[in-house]
Amino acid sequence: MADTSTSLKRKSNPFEKEIKITEKEEEDLFVDAPLDDDDDDDDDVDLEGDSEDEELEEEMTDSEESALSDEESDDDDDHDDSGGDDDDNDVEEKEHFDGDDEQDDEAENTKPKSKGKLTRLTQQLRQRRSHLQTSTKLDNETAPSQLTSTDDNAVKTGAETPTASKVVDEYEFDSSDEEDIRNTVGNIPMEWYDDYPHIGYDVKGQKILRPPKRDELEEFLEKMDNPDYWRTVHDKMTGRDIVLPDEDVALIQRIQDGRYPETTFDPYEPWVDFFTHEKMIHPVTRRPEHKRSFIPSLLEKDKVSKMLHSIRMGWLKPRKEKKDADDRPKFYDIWSNEALVELTKRHHSHIAAPKEKLPGHEESYRPPPEYLPTEEEIKEWKEAHPEDRKMDFIPLTFDCFRKVPAYRDYVRERFERCLDLYLCPRQRKMRVQVQPEDLLPTLPKPKDLQPFPTTQAVVYLGHQSYVRTISVDPTGQWLVSGSDDKTVRFWEVSSGRCMKKLDVDGTVKCVAWCPNTAVCLVAISVEEKVHLINPGLGDKLIVSDTDRLLESYEEPEEVKKSSLVEWTEASEEAKEKGFRLCLKHFKPTKQIAWHGKGDYFGTVVPDGGHSSVLIHQLSKRRSQTPFKKSKGLVQAISFHPSRPYFFVATQRFVRVYNLLKQELSKKLLTNAKWISSIAIHPGGDNVLVSSYDCRLSWFDMDLSVKPYKTLRHHRQAIRQVCYHRRYPLFASSGDDGLVIVCHGQVYNDLLQNAQIVPVKILRGHEVTNSLGVLACEFHPSQPWLFSSGADGTIRLFT
Amino acid sequence: MGREKKKFTSGTATNFITRASAVKKLQLSLVDFRRLCILKGVYPVQPSNPAKANKGKRAMRTFYRSKDILFLSHEPIIYKFRAHKIFARKVKTAKKKREWGRLDRLEDNKPVYNVDHIVKERYPTFVDALRDLDDPLTMCATFAAMRKNAKLESKLIPLCSRLMVEFMNFVIASRALRKVFLSIKGIYYQGEIQGQTVTWIVPYSFNYSRPRDIDLRIMSTFVEFYSNLLGFINFRLYASINLHYPPKLSLTEKSRTSTQLENESNFCMDKEEEEERVAALTHDLAKVSKEPITEEEDEEVNLQDEELMAGGSLDSEAVQEARAEQDKEAKFKTLFEGCKFFLSREVPREMLTFVIRCFGGQVSWDKTMFIGATYDVKDESITHQIVDRPQQRKEYLSRYYIQPQWVIDSVNARLLLPVEEYFPGVVLPPHLSPFVQEKEGDYIPPEKQTLLDRQMGIQTGKNTEEDDDNDDEDDDDDKEVSEDEEESHLAEAEEKHLSQLAKKQDRKEQKHDKKQKTAESSRLSVEAGQVQPVNVIYEAEKEARMERSLQEMMMTKKRKRLYQKLMKKRKTKQKQVRKLTNRREQYEKDQKMSKTKKQKSTGK
Repeated sequence: MADTSTSLKRKSNPFEKEIKITEKEEEDLFVDAPLDDDDDDDDDVDLEGDSEDEELEEEMTDSEESALSDEESDDDDDHDDSGGDDDDNDVEEKEHFDGDDEQDDEAENTKPKSKGKLTRLTQQLRQRRSHLQTSTKLDNETAPSQLTSTDDNAVKTGAETPTASKVVDEYEFDSSDEEDIRNTVGNIPMEWYDDYPHIGYDVKGQKILRPPKRDELEEFLEKMDNPDYWRTVHDKMTGRDIVLPDEDVALIQRIQDGRYPETTFDPYEPWVDFFTHEKMIHPVTRRPEHKRSFIPSLLEKDKVSKMLHSIRMGWLKPRKEKKDADDRPKFYDIWSNEALVELTKRHHSHIAAPKEKLPGHEESYRPPPEYLPTEEEIKEWKEAHPEDRKMDFIPLTFDCFRKVPAYRDYVRERFERCLDLYLCPRQRKMRVQVQPEDLLPTLPKPKDLQPFPTTQAVVYLGHQSYVRTISVDPTGQWLVSGSDDKTVRFWEVSSGRCMKKLDVDGTVKCVAWCPNTAVCLVAISVEEKVHLINPGLGDKLIVSDTDRLLESYEEPEEVKKSSLVEWTEASEEAKEKGFRLCLKHFKPTKQIAWHGKGDYFGTVVPDGGHSSVLIHQLSKRRSQTPFKKSKGLVQAISFHPSRPYFFVATQRFVRVYNLLKQELSKKLLTNAKWISSIAIHPGGDNVLVSSYDCRLSWFDMDLSVKPYKTLRHHRQAIRQVCYHRRYPLFASSGDDGLVIVCHGQVYNDLLQNAQIVPVKILRGHEVTNSLGVLACEFHPSQPWLFSSGADGTIRLFT
Repeated sequence: MGREKKKFTSGTATNFITRASAVKKLQLSLVDFRRLCILKGVYPVQPSNPAKANKGKRAMRTFYRSKDILFLSHEPIIYKFRAHKIFARKVKTAKKKREWGRLDRLEDNKPVYNVDHIVKERYPTFVDALRDLDDPLTMCATFAAMRKNAKLESKLIPLCSRLMVEFMNFVIASRALRKVFLSIKGIYYQGEIQGQTVTWIVPYSFNYSRPRDIDLRIMSTFVEFYSNLLGFINFRLYASINLHYPPKLSLTEKSRTSTQLENESNFCMDKEEEEERVAALTHDLAKVSKEPITEEEDEEVNLQDEELMAGGSLDSEAVQEARAEQDKEAKFKTLFEGCKFFLSREVPREMLTFVIRCFGGQVSWDKTMFIGATYDVKDESITHQIVDRPQQRKEYLSRYYIQPQWVIDSVNARLLLPVEEYFPGVVLPPHLSPFVQEKEGDYIPPEKQTLLDRQMGIQTGKNTEEDDDNDDEDDDDDKEVSEDEEESHLAEAEEKHLSQLAKKQDRKEQKHDKKQKTAESSRLSVEAGQVQPVNVIYEAEKEARMERSLQEMMMTKKRKRLYQKLMKKRKTKQKQVRKLTNRREQYEKDQKMSKTKKQKSTGK
């Protein structure tokens, strides 16, 4: 009945199969045979058995019974030798097999099976030995009670065996029999009784005394004397020695040799198919089927319904069949309709990543020898931060291609390229390919702008210290220079000879030749004094005329004496040397500027406050202070060459005063920090202002009050600047030891601005104490330039 | 009057968007955003006024164009990303719950995205794609050389190597290779494909592992896109020269059996064998149609076009020039035509096969080395055998034994170089980069100069070193030299010596004179002056320098600054050139010294 139901079930539900198999195996266990049972075969039987007749089932039961009886008889034969307690063994064996079979139910190979069998057998042996022990004990023991009990047992089993051979009653034997009853302490470590004189209690509760322990000598004697010593085993439970019988020894030897413990066992006996391949009508066991094998599983129902639902909802789909070819991407002509492509704005605004730099010779595996770095370079490279290195590798050389190794940073470089591609902000930059030559302004060639001084012609040697100031006489024949060595020297321009030397009582700040050609007069400023000197050079008539002119002065009646300047005539002694007049100022003077006619001259007293500019009239020997208010530190003054204008340069501005109207007409904004000197163009409309912050500004008075052009060609402070009276030239001298001559053409046409071109850099002066060329002046008629420097020389460039 | 306009509501401030806000807007994780940017080719852009873009803040930020981000937000791949996120979560849950069946099902339905449409979008025309081919090729070559890695998608590496093989086969078939350079980093190839110059780097064939601190995901995302792109490009390129895609060998059954030296199918399966044979690069590929357009016809067509361009006049110089150029090119393409190479097993097979086949040579190797060998060592028609071992028995007199550098140098020189310098065991000449185009003022290594001369067809006889050799040989063969000659030599030498002595004496005398003069001048006397020799060139140079310094004076401040910068650059370059020339001179001197020493020692 049970079988048919399961088979029906299996038909309806394929998941049942597994369960069925396990059930089947359980059934097998009950039958238990030392024969190998093949699971696969079983399955086959099951599968086929679905459509079997009842008849076959009957057959099956028959065969089963016969097999069972066979086995029983076999067992009997085995245990006959061992004694009367074989039935006991049998049951135990069976139970034991239960456990074992469950363990290796799925095993298919014969090997593990045999192994399982081996373990079974060893356990069996163990069991048997315990019984043997009891038996031997019984042999030795003289206790009558125990003897009787075992006897009873033996008798009993002996009586029962024939009956049991027919029907095996599982529940007949009390399993508690297997307990060792000789000692009732149970399964405990026997060491616990080491301290006691007894080793346990017998069934009746009497102490079992510990047999006397042998000492070593006795042990030894025993060993020597007793021929059975080798097969004597000590039983801990009873404390007795047991001599193993021959069969046991043989069994142990067989096991040790790795043979089958039982001699009767034949591993190669022909396979007897326990189950027929045909379906039998009767079940294998008589155990009734469990109830749950009849009732459909709720859990499964739940699962199935879930699956059904998900199939209905379209969530669960049949799996797609995997295709091997599919894992390769399919390529096709993706640009087939190129013409139709519409380029969006996005494509136009795309900034393509720059391509990687192509390698140079140094990256070669065998670069030319000059590209290989020296050891210092390698060291430097290694010490440098990776970002500071010019190359990201050290050039190497190999004598053949075979020796080239893998590049260590190859993957890193590729990775960095990837990072650059997606992380670097991109920007379109217009890079203009400019040669530096293209940036230079196109200027007219200096050759076309000649004449201008080009070479050094004469060097005037003699001064011992800085030559702060020079002046050329209006005819261009004589030169006067004033120096820090407290001398004034007069030179002949053409020969370079010193004509006259005057000692003064202080450093000479300024010398200025009177521009009037009819007189021969030089003004020099020494500390507070301004001396007027007649050097007595040149035309004698003029010299005498000058003296006469000075002598012809008659003191006016109304003497209006200025408190600031004191006019005195030189003493006779001094007159012989050339001194004529002396103007003693209230404070040290710095600069003298003559008016073009030669009658007026101005002096600058830097510390003079509101009266730092003084204008003197030679013919009337009169001085006046034109300004009532100080406008700042006055640096330089100058008269307009033709018109009644007066230029006063303070520290940052140049003020232009109209002398007739007695008002300020213009204020030039120089942008300079500290003005050093000014020069007025002979035409009168252009002014040059030089400053200590290396600037040279050209002012066009008609154009603006701001500089028309600012030149910064000197590296150091500019000391002086001057115009040529006839040629369109101007020059500037500075502390860098250079005199720079520029062509400065001024046009009459108002629409055309002045053309300024540097034409020559004149070198020659040495820089001493960080002072270079202190003064420069053009020759009045020739394109020659005089310059004096801190090295105590005056030089003429022609 | 309208409302006052708020600041940063239009213009630069809204045209750019920071990365953080872009990620927020797209609702993606940073990793996904990065992947999307890589796939879509979206990159940060530097705004012209960063402060404005950053809404007045000065902090350094990376900006994306707002429009780019908007464009990304329409990308269908984003949905796949999101699906993948969910998928990953499901997988995780299934794993935790140990639901293997479910896991299996999930894996089957893994969301996969396709980048085909992005390829089309990023490169709307084929030329665009070709222009950007450098990076794809380099990256694919890199991945083809990479070791298999747990972090790498396993399909990527074989795919990359397959694509590279396909591409190389195309280059061979179209003869598109122009330059090769063996660098210490890898092999640089430059080809010309449909008018576009493509440069790619292939690493030396070692296993490249991933350095620890490198995020391989970024690279594999790039390669994921690049491999697709390269596949499409390959398809198109194959179609353009009438080849089957995927490549097939053109061998017929008959020829196959004849070329097959032994049954190679023993090694692997048929399909694999075909692939390996393609990878061997030794065989021609199958064409789609039997009668393709021949190159000559192509050329003719080209020429006709040029004629039309030049205004129809046949004899115009432009046409002739073009024709000459074309002839040269054709000659270059068939550089190794008629040469039969045999590779020893120690030389890099793939690289050499590729290069040689690109220029019409035939290649083979030992059949046990790799599949695809076409002929044996014993073939008497082999002209060159490439070896890279110093000592090897030269078994065949009919062929040259040369080192691999000869092949590369010949390609770069566009002519077959003399083989003597490349014999095994010989000190090889330096290998120069073909990518360097020396401008005026640049340093030109002497080897390059000789090469340039060679290309121009100037026969300079032999270079200086060889001259030296000759001299030395002469010295060795002293006995053979006739005495007269010797005498003449001696006489010449003596003359030289004498003249030098005379000169020295003259100089001494002059010095002496000068001293005397100075002594005399103190006595204030006049002497006839000597005419100083005027070095005209020097003077002119001086003048020019002077003029220049004057011009520099008149520059405006802005220009002056730029000028100074440029001049500085120029000066450093000149310095570099000077350094290199000096080093070379020193090296040559040293070489000579060592040579003479050696000779002396051997002579003794």
